[in-house]
Amino acid sequence: MAGLKIYNWIEHRLGLIQPLKEAAEHPTPSNNASWWYVFGSAATVLLMLQIVTGILLALVYSPSANEAWTSLNFLNHNIALGWYLRALHGWGSDFMIAIVLIHLVQVFLFGSFKFPRELTWMVGVVLLLLTLGMAFTGQVMRFDQDAYWGLGIGASISSRVPFVGAKLVHLLLGGSIIGGATLSRFFTLHVFVIPGLLLAGVAVHVLMVLRHGVSDWPMPGRLVRKSTYEREYHELTQRTGLPFVPDAAWKDAIFAAAILFSVMACAFFFGPFGPGGQPDPTIIQTAPHPDFAFLWIYAVLAFLPPSLETPVLLVAPVIAIAGMLLLPLLAGEGERHWARRPVAVLSVSVIAVTLGIFTRLGTYTPWSPVMDAWSGDAVPVKYMHNRTPLEREGAMVLQDKQCRDCHSLDGAGGLRGPALDSVAARMTEDQIVRQVLQGGGNMPAYGNALNPAETKALVSFLMTLRGNALEPAMDASRELLRQSRTATPVNPDAAVPGTAKAGEQK
Amino acid sequence: MSELLKYPGESKADSLSPEGKAAAHTRRVFLFKLAVGLNALVGAVLAVPLAGYLLGPAARKRSNIGAWVNLGSLSDFPVGQTRLADFLSPMAAFNDGETGKTSCWVRRVSEQTVQVFAINCAHLGCPVRWFAESKLFLCPCHGGAYYEDGSRASGPPERGLFEYKTRIAGDHLLIHAGNLPTLSTEASCKEKPMVQIQPAKQIEAARAVSADPAARSTTWQG
Repeated sequence: MAGLKIYNWIEHRLGLIQPLKEAAEHPTPSNNASWWYVFGSAATVLLMLQIVTGILLALVYSPSANEAWTSLNFLNHNIALGWYLRALHGWGSDFMIAIVLIHLVQVFLFGSFKFPRELTWMVGVVLLLLTLGMAFTGQVMRFDQDAYWGLGIGASISSRVPFVGAKLVHLLLGGSIIGGATLSRFFTLHVFVIPGLLLAGVAVHVLMVLRHGVSDWPMPGRLVRKSTYEREYHELTQRTGLPFVPDAAWKDAIFAAAILFSVMACAFFFGPFGPGGQPDPTIIQTAPHPDFAFLWIYAVLAFLPPSLETPVLLVAPVIAIAGMLLLPLLAGEGERHWARRPVAVLSVSVIAVTLGIFTRLGTYTPWSPVMDAWSGDAVPVKYMHNRTPLEREGAMVLQDKQCRDCHSLDGAGGLRGPALDSVAARMTEDQIVRQVLQGGGNMPAYGNALNPAETKALVSFLMTLRGNALEPAMDASRELLRQSRTATPVNPDAAVPGTAKAGEQK
Repeated sequence: MSELLKYPGESKADSLSPEGKAAAHTRRVFLFKLAVGLNALVGAVLAVPLAGYLLGPAARKRSNIGAWVNLGSLSDFPVGQTRLADFLSPMAAFNDGETGKTSCWVRRVSEQTVQVFAINCAHLGCPVRWFAESKLFLCPCHGGAYYEDGSRASGPPERGLFEYKTRIAGDHLLIHAGNLPTLSTEASCKEKPMVQIQPAKQIEAARAVSADPAARSTTWQG
C-alpha cells in the first residue's frame, strides 16, 4: 500500500513510468515474435555492457602516450580483475560488431527497411558506422605497436586525399607526428563523441521502431505499397497482436542473456587482447596488423594495383555508404520476402563470401615476405642429394640472398612469389636468368645484388628443381628452329643420322 | 477568474480574439526574432575561436614544421653500408613519450654522399627493413620492396622511399625532420633528385654554400 503511494507520488511528478509501460506492452503482430527478431535488442544490451565496462576501465586507464601502454599492463597484471574487465570490453566489442552486422543482414533479407521504415534503416547504417568507429578508436586506445602503425596507415590513407591531404593528416594526428596529441583525440572520440552519438542514434532508432511497430514477418507475394501498408499493418496488429512485453520480449531476453554469457565465457577463457609490443617506433621488427573487423581492408590494400589505390580508397567507401543509405529510397516498395528478391540474396552472399575470403587472407598475409625465412628455413635435404658442388653453392646463394623470404621450398618460406619446387619445369634456364637479373611481375631485379658467379650457381641449382622429376621446361621456338634446320639437310646422305644426333644434343 | 490576482504584466491583448492577438503581438514577435538574431551573432562569435582551436593542428604553416636533427658522427655510418639510426623527433612534445622517437635508414654512398630514408613505407607507412644481402628494403605489411637507393622495386607502393634532406657539418650528419612521412607530408622537399655518386670535392663545394652551424637536436630540448 505504501509502495503504491510512493509510486503514485513519483509518477504524478515524473510522468514517465506509465508511457514506458505502455510502450513496452504495445501490441505487435504475433508473427514477428520470432527468434529472428532478437538481434537489435542484443546489440543494445552489448552497447550497455561496453558503456559499463568502458567506464570501469577509465578508472585506471591513462590516456597519455607516456603511460597508456603501461597502464594497460598494470590493468592486466596488478589490478584485481583488471584483466577480466579488459577482456569483457574487448570481446564485447567483437560481439557487438558481429551482432550489429547480423541484425543488418536480417533486416535487409526480410525487407524490413521498406516503407515506412526507411529512416530507421538509414539511422541504423549510421549506427553501424559509429560502431566501427568505436572499434577503430578502441584499437588505438590499446596504444601498442599495432595501434601506432595502424595510426600510420590511417594517416597514409588520409594523405592520399587531393589538395587537403596534409591538413587532414595533421588534423587526424593532432600534430605532425603520431604521439600524445593523437592518443588524446582518439580518446576523446572513443569516450565522449562517438558514444554520445551512438546513444542518441539508438534512442532515435528505437523511437522509430515504436512509432512504426516491429516489421511483420514477410510473406511471398504480399507487397509493400505506400498507400496500403500502414492500414494492413494496423489491421494485422489488431487481429493477431500480442503485448511485446512479455509475449515477444522473452525471446529477446533469453538471447541477450546467452550473448552476455558468451562474452563472459570468451573473456574468461581467452582473456584480454594485448597490449602487444610497446609503442616505440624505433622497434621496427614488427608486422603490424589491424583488429579482426578491419583485416579484410588490410587484405584489399595488398591487392590493389598502385595506380588504382588512391581512387579506390577514396571513392569506394563513399559509394558503399551512399548505396546503403539510399537503398530504402530506391527500393522502398514491393516484395519483402527473400525468396522473391534474388538480387538481395545474391548481394548478401557475394559480399559475405568476399569479406570472408579477404579476412581469411588477412590472418596469414601471403603477400608479406617472411622476414626470417632466409635464415630460419633451411633448404630441404632432399634438394641437396645428388647435386654437383656448383648446384650446392647455388643453394647457398638462394639462402644468402634472401630468396626464401618470398619463395617457398617444400612448403617453408614466403608466399609472395611462386614456390620454387618445380621452377625448372616451368621456366628454361634463359628465362630464369632473365627473371633473376631483371625482375618483373612483382619481383625486384637482382642484377645489382648478384655477381656472375653467384648467378651461375643459383641458376644451376634452380635448374635441378623439377618437382617429382617432371620434364624440364623447353623453349619451343628454339626447338622448332633446330628441327627446321636439321629437317632440310644439305647432304641427303647424311640426313638421317644427323637428325638423331641433333635431337640428343643439349 | 475574479478570485485570482491579476498578473501585473498582463497585456490588454489577452482578452482579444485570436485574430486580434495575431494583430496585436507583432512587437513581441519582433523582439523574439531580435533575440534569436542576437543569439546567432553571439553563437558565431563563440564558435569561431572554438573552431580555430579544433582546426589548429591543420593550420600550421609548412615552413614551421621540422628542424635539423643531428644523427651523430659520420664514422658511425661506414661507406657502402646502410644502417638504422634513431633520433628524437624535433616535433616531439612533452607528452609524446617513446612515440616521439623515430628511426631512419642511413645509406653512406661515399665519403661525402649520404642518403637518409624514412622507415615509413610509401604505401601505408609501415616500417621497412633493410636486407643487406639482397640489397632491398622490404615492408612487412603488404610486401612493398625498394632498391638500395630507395627507388621502388615492386609491390603496392607507387613511388620510392621518402628521403630526408641531409647535410654534413664537420663530422656530423644532420637531417631535416618534421612531419610523419606520408604521400602529402613528405619527409623531404620534392625538388631534391636522387643522390648519385659524385666526386667528393663537388659535394663539399655544394655544402659550403649552405653551411649552417646552428643545428640542434630538438626544438623543445633547446
